[in-house]
Amino acid sequence: MALVLNEEQSMLRDSARGLIADRGPVAQLRKLRDDRDASGFSRELWKEFADMGFAGILVPEENGGSALGHVEAGVVMEEIGRNLTSSPFLSTALLGATAMKRAGGARAGEILSKIAAGQILLALACDEKSKHNPHHVETRATRAGNGFTLKGAKTFVVDGHVADLILVVARTAGGVNDKEGVTLLAVDPKAKGVSVERTIMVDAHNAARITFDDVHVDADAVLGEVDNGARIVSDALNVGRAAVAAELVGVGDEAFDRTVAYLKERKQFGKAIGEFQGLQHRVSHLYCELEVTRAAVLKALQTLDQAPANAAPFVSLAKARACASTNLAVQEAVQMHGGIGMTDAVDIGLFMKRARVGQELFGDSRFHADRIARLRGY
Amino acid sequence: MTDLETFRRETRAWLEANCPPEMRTPQEDDDDRCWGGRNFRFKSEAQKVWMQRMAERGWTVPDWPKEYGGGGLSKDETKILREEMRALKCRSPLDSFGIWMLGPALLKYGNEAQKKEHLPKIVRGEIRWCQGYSEPGAGSDLASLQTRAEDKGDHYLVNGSKIWTSYANHADMIFCLVRTDFSAKKHEGISFVLFDMTTPGVTTKPILLISGKSPFCETFFTDVKVPKENLVGTLNRGWDVAKYLLTHERDMIGGMGLGGGGRPLGQVAADAVGVENGMLADPLLRADIARLEVDGWAFQMAMERAGDLAKAKQAHPAYSSFLKYYGTELNKRRHELVMTSLGSDGLEWESARSQEGEALRAWLRTKANSIEGGTSEVQLNIISKRILDLPGA
Ligand SMILES: Cc1cc2nc3c(=O)[nH]c(=O)nc-3n(C[C@H](O)[C@H](O)[C@H](O)COP(=O)(O)OP(=O)(O)OC[C@H]3O[C@@H](n4cnc5c(N)ncnc54)[C@H](O)[C@@H]3O)c2cc1C
Repeated sequence: MALVLNEEQSMLRDSARGLIADRGPVAQLRKLRDDRDASGFSRELWKEFADMGFAGILVPEENGGSALGHVEAGVVMEEIGRNLTSSPFLSTALLGATAMKRAGGARAGEILSKIAAGQILLALACDEKSKHNPHHVETRATRAGNGFTLKGAKTFVVDGHVADLILVVARTAGGVNDKEGVTLLAVDPKAKGVSVERTIMVDAHNAARITFDDVHVDADAVLGEVDNGARIVSDALNVGRAAVAAELVGVGDEAFDRTVAYLKERKQFGKAIGEFQGLQHRVSHLYCELEVTRAAVLKALQTLDQAPANAAPFVSLAKARACASTNLAVQEAVQMHGGIGMTDAVDIGLFMKRARVGQELFGDSRFHADRIARLRGY
Repeated sequence: MTDLETFRRETRAWLEANCPPEMRTPQEDDDDRCWGGRNFRFKSEAQKVWMQRMAERGWTVPDWPKEYGGGGLSKDETKILREEMRALKCRSPLDSFGIWMLGPALLKYGNEAQKKEHLPKIVRGEIRWCQGYSEPGAGSDLASLQTRAEDKGDHYLVNGSKIWTSYANHADMIFCLVRTDFSAKKHEGISFVLFDMTTPGVTTKPILLISGKSPFCETFFTDVKVPKENLVGTLNRGWDVAKYLLTHERDMIGGMGLGGGGRPLGQVAADAVGVENGMLADPLLRADIARLEVDGWAFQMAMERAGDLAKAKQAHPAYSSFLKYYGTELNKRRHELVMTSLGSDGLEWESARSQEGEALRAWLRTKANSIEGGTSEVQLNIISKRILDLPGA
């Protein structure tokens, strides 16, 4: 499998690029932020995502999806990153759809159909602490009547306040840090005892804290099998990590492109600042870092398509790299813009803000480098 | 089964049958390489057999055309051969400046007679080449070189000197940049010529490196007669050939960033600092190693992608500068961490325990990676100018 996009994937990139730059540009994020928009994303754009087949990008054909792969999903994420678009694509089309596919069953099939049609929004409620640690699950689902009673709290739930259904990772067996013994439950956010607090984040993208105070859920809320949810969650997280890595590639690339353009335009000491070798070398180094990451991210996406059972280390590599290189890109971008880079009026700071959140989402570069070190036995 | 799958299966079977076990152990340093040439002393019978068997099929240079002795493999087949060799831990059967540098330049700029004369000898490891580019006054500013070649009717007369000429004292032939027009602008008066190192007037003097080894020389030319048919490309247009050759040299040097087949760093460090709960007991060293491995593994993918981009004709012509810069800086970082992981044991310069300072010498050698073939700073200049199109670069 060549590490370049094939013809269909390149065509998909062109159409995603056109659509997202046109209908979900940075200006849209600004407006959502400044208007304190209640949903925090553009419902019109999401409808277009459904019409274009993006909402159902990972959904099987029998559920009305376009049944494409993770490379294609990454292509869309990259454009989302370039434009800082706030979109439920990650939470619903990628995390949600992956969890439903792994869970299987009639209920999951119905949800998949709705995802493809753009008729449902999902949110994965996994993290409980401020640093990503997916095995740490204190939220408990205790058997009660024909179902469970759910108690606990989740944080950093992407799209948590707009979701129609929350996919809750709950402990049904074992201790707080056990890998196994968790169950994935589909919980109605309007159910009694669920409280959702939208958290306004630095990047103006959607997130929420969600508390479950003795919430009753029926047995049919279980996705997959009781006590056996860990695989579903880890598969969904791996897709999410690779997807966020692709988004970060887009964020980093756009910050880089804008910076290179600025180096050619801004004049000081009677010449373009891009003539100073001190800046030339830094920006050329950054180019190299971004190229290395691009290869790693594409490799991870391809591995998710071709050999998903082996994907974990590749995904960690991609996320570790993307966090590091995009972080460098946005910092260099602000620095090389000088004072104007610090202003809210200029977009470059928004890229830095999204990069900060993207790094924290589903494990930062330390988390993933550590995972690789463990896999290699040291 | 597709043709490529069949090719992979047959290749693996052939390698298993033909690569001697001694040639499936990690190659420690440059001395373990098979360089070929008229006077090459093979380190073992296995090394010789392995080179000859591969050369017979043209697989010492698998992607060169069959008519010039190469393997005539497609890019996909070449990739498969490399993958299978890696999987079986086969050493490279033959390394040489002919394969890495001169060959690609001849394929593009050489005339038919030159290709027929020189390429098969490179494939078979019969002739070892050296590179006469740098001069005392012309390093990064290579185009300011002063070695001159005068037109004497049926030959050129070459006078001047080169420096840092790797393995000049072991080489049979040299590809050399000479000035043929002193009145033209510096890039426009250079020509690319080939000559035999045994020609009267050629002398070499080894230079001792900080590693204690002498892999390169000062090379002097006094009234060296070079036949006119040994001019490659057009007179005074040698800079084009020189630059093209450099992109191949840079790809090759960048590949060093992939690291050799030695022991994984995590294990080296475990011996020195110990392991607690399955993790290196020195958490900061562990973090440094993990970060290096992240970058190193990702760079491996970048190299793979570079090949695929080239195949898809999407690679930027200056992409080799990225690979060269990144790969060499990575290799230096790796060897710094090897030294850190070995601790004081690794510092013994002369001892059997340290295999005569093997790791030290390798560490010191890597410092040249970011100098030879154009320094890191020069690569960044090239990226600034040719890829990013920055003003004044
Ligand atoms: C191990 C080894 C093997 C070699 N083998 C060969 C060989 O086989 N054949 C051959 O011809 N040559 C060979 N070389 C020579 C090599 O190509 C040169 O050393 C290299 O091009 C640098 O030139 P220099 O040594 O003159 O350094 P200089 O050009 O003097 O550079 C000194 C410093 O100044 C910096 N610098 C120079 N110009 C700029 C600029 N414009 N912008 C920013 N920084 C700049 C450099 O990056 C470097 O850090 C070899 C070198 C080594 C170390």
